[in-house]
Parts: sequence; C-alpha cells; structure tokens
Amino acid sequence: MIELFDILTVLSVLLLLVVLRAIRREHIRVEYSVSWLGAALALLLLSRSGPWLNAAAARIGIHDPALLLLALILIVFLGVFYRFSRIVSELKDMNITLTQRVAILEFLLKERDEQA
Amino acid sequence: MVEPRGTLILIPAYNEEAAIGAVVREVRTLMPELPVLVVDDGSSDGTATLARAAGAKVLSLPCHLGLGGCVQAGYRLAYELGYDEVVRIDGDGQHDPNYIPLLLETLRRSGCEMAIGVRKGAKGGYNTSLPRRIGIECFRLLLRPILGRPVSDPTSGFVAVNRRALEVFARSFPLEYPEIETLVVLQRRRFRFVEVACPVRPRLAGKSTITPFRSFYYVIHVLLGVFVNVLRLNPRRAVRAVGETFDD
Repeated sequence: MIELFDILTVLSVLLLLVVLRAIRREHIRVEYSVSWLGAALALLLLSRSGPWLNAAAARIGIHDPALLLLALILIVFLGVFYRFSRIVSELKDMNITLTQRVAILEFLLKERDEQA
Repeated sequence: MVEPRGTLILIPAYNEEAAIGAVVREVRTLMPELPVLVVDDGSSDGTATLARAAGAKVLSLPCHLGLGGCVQAGYRLAYELGYDEVVRIDGDGQHDPNYIPLLLETLRRSGCEMAIGVRKGAKGGYNTSLPRRIGIECFRLLLRPILGRPVSDPTSGFVAVNRRALEVFARSFPLEYPEIETLVVLQRRRFRFVEVACPVRPRLAGKSTITPFRSFYYVIHVLLGVFVNVLRLNPRRAVRAVGETFDD
C-alpha cells in the first residue's frame, strides 16, 4: 500500500510537471490547464493521506483502502473528462457558427461585388 | 427588415462533382425563375465549380461540417436574405425536381410549416436496402407516439419549409443525420408537417454515407438525439412559441 502511495506521488508530480511544461510551451492554454493541475494536486494530496484513506475506507466498509484510492482517482478524472467534454462541445458549436458565418459573409461580399 | 424574396432551392453537397451539374441544370430547366443555392460542405473535388457553371449560386463552407451544419448554413442564408420558402433536395439526383411544384403547393395549401417528399407509395418505388428499410420502420414506430401521428418516411431529405420553420432552423438545427430529429424539433414548437408521395430515382453517382458499419452509430446517434429533444418538450413553452411565430 505504501508503495502504491509512493507511485501515485511520483505520477502526480510528473503530471504536474508535464502540464506546467505544456503551459510554458503554449501547448495548453492556461484556462484549460486548471483541470489538469487540479487533478494532479488532488492525486498528490490523496497519495500523502494514507492514514485518512485507511480511516475513511474502514468507516465506509471497504476492506482494502487501495480500492477507495482507485475510486477517488476515477472520480477526479471523470470530473476532468466531463469538463473537457463540455468545453469541446461549446467549441464545436462556436466553430460551426463561425464557419457558417464566414461562408455567408463571403457569399454576400461576392454577391455585392458581382452586382457592383 | 428584409424584403420577401419568394422561394429558394437548396442543395447541400459534399463531393458530388459527378452529379451536381446535372441536378442543378435539371432544376434550372424546370424552374428557371427559382434561384438555386448549392451549399458546398468543404468538398475536395470540383463540386462548387460545376455547380456554379450549371447556374447555381454557391455557398462554400471553409471546412466540412456534416449534413446538418451544411443544411443549416443554407437555411441561415435563406432566412437572412428574406426567403419565404426553401425547398431542399439532395445533390445526388435521387430526388425528382418535377415534384418541387407539388411539394410547394401542398406546403402552401396545408398551412403546415414543412412538407416532406416521402418515398413510400409513389410509382417509382422505394429503392433502399433492406437493413435501411428495417431501420426506417423502427424509427417510424418510435416517432409515432412522440409526434402523435404516423410518419411515412422520417429519413427523407426532400422537404419544403416555410418562413416560420426557416426561422427556427436558422437558429437551431440538428447537426448530424438531421432528418429524424428535425421532426421532433418541429413537434417541440407545435409545428406541423404534411407528406407528399414522391418517387425516388437511382443516384446519378456516389454512395450513401451511411455504410453498414456506420449504420449502428447512426441508429444510436439518432435515438439519443430524439431522446434529448423529447426531454426538451415543454408544452407551455411550445404553445407560447406558436403564438410568437404567428404574431410576426
């Protein structure tokens, strides 16, 4: 269990570094990095809260705290995926509207030029 | 305020260079007084050039949006230019433009917001594959209780809409596989549709985009789209919407 927590700590620090590097290189915009940074910090906190996890698992009735850890990690990433699904959907809607608007404006400009 | 401009023929097209010229020419020959707008959905072939050469105006989308986005672009332009009616036909030559006057006449006479050229019961038959027929039959059964009336051919892309429907579709239109969801959108607004039997012809060229592999995705997507639209059904809001529209 301790090894699992240590692995999770390393992974969360790695995730944090990867995201910060991506922000610095402008591969990810700052506003879209917030979810990943939040997830990385949540994982880091979880990995360093062994006694709390053990107590919480015992209280809920889960025999193995690793299962609780897994469930919490899943919840964190489901939250991230849900947020990005919403962002992608909004961006797609905006993209479609913009594409249509550009096409319509081009069409109207051409029409005006032909009439002139 | 835009001036009323009559009827527009709308042809969504994606990589239809083998058929689009003939389709546009046929429509122009039969109804030279009606403007034809081809919405080119980011084709990589000569669709736009051939459509223009055949006498159509071309609305060229800078990238591929899919059928719903493509048709909606045409509806938006038609609405902004003040057209009262739009007839949509496919760019592959399956729909017979000889039936456009009948579709328009039925739309006007019925007072409905949309007239659908249904493929069933017409002389030319209903030449689609068996799995697709089964799928359409399932959608018919699904739509009947939602629409409160039977619908013969919910996947037909041969439709005429009036300005009230145009106003709604310019703002909100299903993006992928739009035909079936469109009926539920109409129902949400308490709009009505009428059916006109129109035979279909073999495609001049090309194949349906709904391949056997895609048909599974198609069914799931459409079912989900219908379900979401049913969730949005709000009788109080719908009645208000009709009032607003008829007041215009």
